[in-house]
Amino acid sequence: MSKLTGAQILMEMLKEEGVDTIFGYPGGAVIDIYDELQKTDINHYLVRHEQGAVHAADGYARASGGIGVCLVTSGPGATNTVTGIASAYMDSIPMVIFTGQVPTKLIGNDAFQEVDIVGITRPCTKHNYLVSDVKDLARTVKEAFHIAKSGRPGPVLVDLPKDVVNATTNFSPPGKVSLRSYNPTYEPNIKQLKKVVSLIRTAKKPVIFSGGGVVLSKAHEELTAFARKGQIPVTSTLMGLGAFPGTDPLWLGMLGMHGTYRANMAVTDCDLLISVGVRFDDRVTGKTDEFASQAKVVQIDIDPTSIQKNIQVSVPVVGDCKISLRQLNELLEGLDGPDLAEDRQEWLAQIDEWKRTTPLAYKQEKDIIKPQYVIERLYELTNGEAVITTEVGQNQMWAAQYYHFSEPGRFITSGGLGVMGFGLPAAIGAQVGAPEHLVVDVAGDGSIQMNIQEMATAIQYNLPVKVVILNNCFLGMVRQWQELFYEKRYASTRFQHTPDFVKLAEAYGAKGLRAKTPDEVEKVLSEGLAHPGAVIMDFVVEQEECVYPMVPAGAPIKNMLLV
Amino acid sequence: MTERRHLLSILVDNEPGVLSRIVGLFSGRGYNIESLCVAETMDPAISRITMTTRGNPMIIEQIKKQLNKLINVLKVFDLTGQEYVQREMVLIKVTAVQQHRAEILRITDIFRGQVVDVGQEHFTIKITGDDEKISALLNLLRPFGIREIARTGSIALFREKK
Ligand SMILES: Cc1ncc(C[n+]2csc(CCOP(=O)(O)OP(=O)(O)O)c2C)c(N)n1
Repeated sequence: MSKLTGAQILMEMLKEEGVDTIFGYPGGAVIDIYDELQKTDINHYLVRHEQGAVHAADGYARASGGIGVCLVTSGPGATNTVTGIASAYMDSIPMVIFTGQVPTKLIGNDAFQEVDIVGITRPCTKHNYLVSDVKDLARTVKEAFHIAKSGRPGPVLVDLPKDVVNATTNFSPPGKVSLRSYNPTYEPNIKQLKKVVSLIRTAKKPVIFSGGGVVLSKAHEELTAFARKGQIPVTSTLMGLGAFPGTDPLWLGMLGMHGTYRANMAVTDCDLLISVGVRFDDRVTGKTDEFASQAKVVQIDIDPTSIQKNIQVSVPVVGDCKISLRQLNELLEGLDGPDLAEDRQEWLAQIDEWKRTTPLAYKQEKDIIKPQYVIERLYELTNGEAVITTEVGQNQMWAAQYYHFSEPGRFITSGGLGVMGFGLPAAIGAQVGAPEHLVVDVAGDGSIQMNIQEMATAIQYNLPVKVVILNNCFLGMVRQWQELFYEKRYASTRFQHTPDFVKLAEAYGAKGLRAKTPDEVEKVLSEGLAHPGAVIMDFVVEQEECVYPMVPAGAPIKNMLLV
Repeated sequence: MTERRHLLSILVDNEPGVLSRIVGLFSGRGYNIESLCVAETMDPAISRITMTTRGNPMIIEQIKKQLNKLINVLKVFDLTGQEYVQREMVLIKVTAVQQHRAEILRITDIFRGQVVDVGQEHFTIKITGDDEKISALLNLLRPFGIREIARTGSIALFREKK
């Protein structure tokens, strides 16, 4: 046993957890931690705003399949992380955030740069800790990582008072974590799974509804096998995109407010809804009374609180999505009897019919760039293989609709909280986490300005992220609501002034490109995507385009406004 | 779905911040707490929270699941519909003018209450019992003029199988 300072213990523990990447921003309360950090092999990415650090850690975790780690100072450093933490919490992203804190004897005295970050983040973390004794530090860090990664993942915050960081103690690595009050259920109840199988046998019009949980538990292969075996069409939440191939004939497209016609109709009409890793957000269900109202609902989720929260469920299954789907596949394998492919013919034909009569569509024009067209071209030019992050608003929905994701971890968006300003820092984190991939942030001209400062981070670390701005001079999604539901009273949604994004890119040391007409789109995309460094591509698009289909908030999802 | 009152008994880590997590969960999700009572158990590392809350079956199910999800919550028991013993203690400061004093004492006696403080014009009565007994006493004392009451909130334990 050796005597180490708190800061040194933290480094030992980070190494033990296999952390090689941290996003952060220093300050007085964490200066000692930074002093130790620079002596290690851990790559630290100095962002330009702490919110950027958290979104970057989020993007990193999703693109790499690992865990995101942040380090920030006390007070304002800590409060700047809150939006990012809340977003990661809603999207169940594994993350550990270390915040500096004033010395323990000053806590509660309104000391300089003191804030009760543990109190502030209590409702938006999976768990959080204030470490008040250096002897507890190693174990706390171990627990924090364990909790963040296991069960339904989420952010865990560890607050580190400066005196604890500087105190010394004998360090020996803590053993395995065992928390008597925390034991997530991974193994599903086999009896429940058998019920699911018997429902599948008799269902005439089944639908699989897959969500972020499938991506998080890396259950995409099991999901695909399950759907094909049972000949069951698949729809998904925004968070679930990529877990099922967007090119598969069984793919219905996204469900909900901006879901496809066929997905919303299929769910409205189905007699069996097998939901996996979803939480029935209101953006997906619309009016709950009429959501899949003729169906038996199966819900598979590792988090019991997700089950039966918004929707009555006939067969609840608490368990890991991957394990549950694997076991379902085994049960289906052993099934002899009805030929499922034959059984489903009528249902699949109905779905094809919906797809044929009411596909996703927009009106192409000659002189004005349609934003959907930009995404379509982006999809084609990248062979559907890019990692796409998004901002929030119309840009996010068009990316979800027109980029057909075929692998998990390729679509990175702030789904639950809907944070404008997420996309650029998330793209930076994703690029760090998946260096071999092309990473593109699909942005709006509003959102991109919320964390534009992170361009400097991209340049400093040679991260060749591409930003595609769908520039409509509006806060487009809000404007859309005003157009449709407020008689075009555009209260505070038009930007009277927007910076020149090409010059802005150049000012940061990135490449800037602009397209104003449809025939320039391909040229700008090709040039921008091929550029070895960071690029901002500014697409001057139709100002008053709307995202369709659209289900008005709170309406049944079959009530879609169409193009 | 009909709303109903539920009595929950919750075992939690006896640590700073735990009560705040629980109370925050209720306020954040719009659940309601009718009464709350917290103290250490035999094991000083564990506290017991006894709480009455109200909701339809779906809400109550969510409350129990959400409580269980908190890392510091060890166990949640729903006593409602089970065999349990429940008690609450109440201090009642009641106006007691000369001509009513005997009557108030008699009532207190019947309920096995105790007068714990006496003044020229008041008694403070201590009573222990279940909900029904306490509301019965309060109803009887109300006409004399109740000035103040302090209630501990319910505590409860399962009955052992005989
Ligand atoms: C931080 C934050 N503030 C406000 C909102 C509300 N909001 C949702 S979409 C939107 C408009 C986004 O505009 P823009 O980034 O230009 O994208 P567009 O919809 O035009 O594609 C706004 C203001 C939000 N989601 N996040």
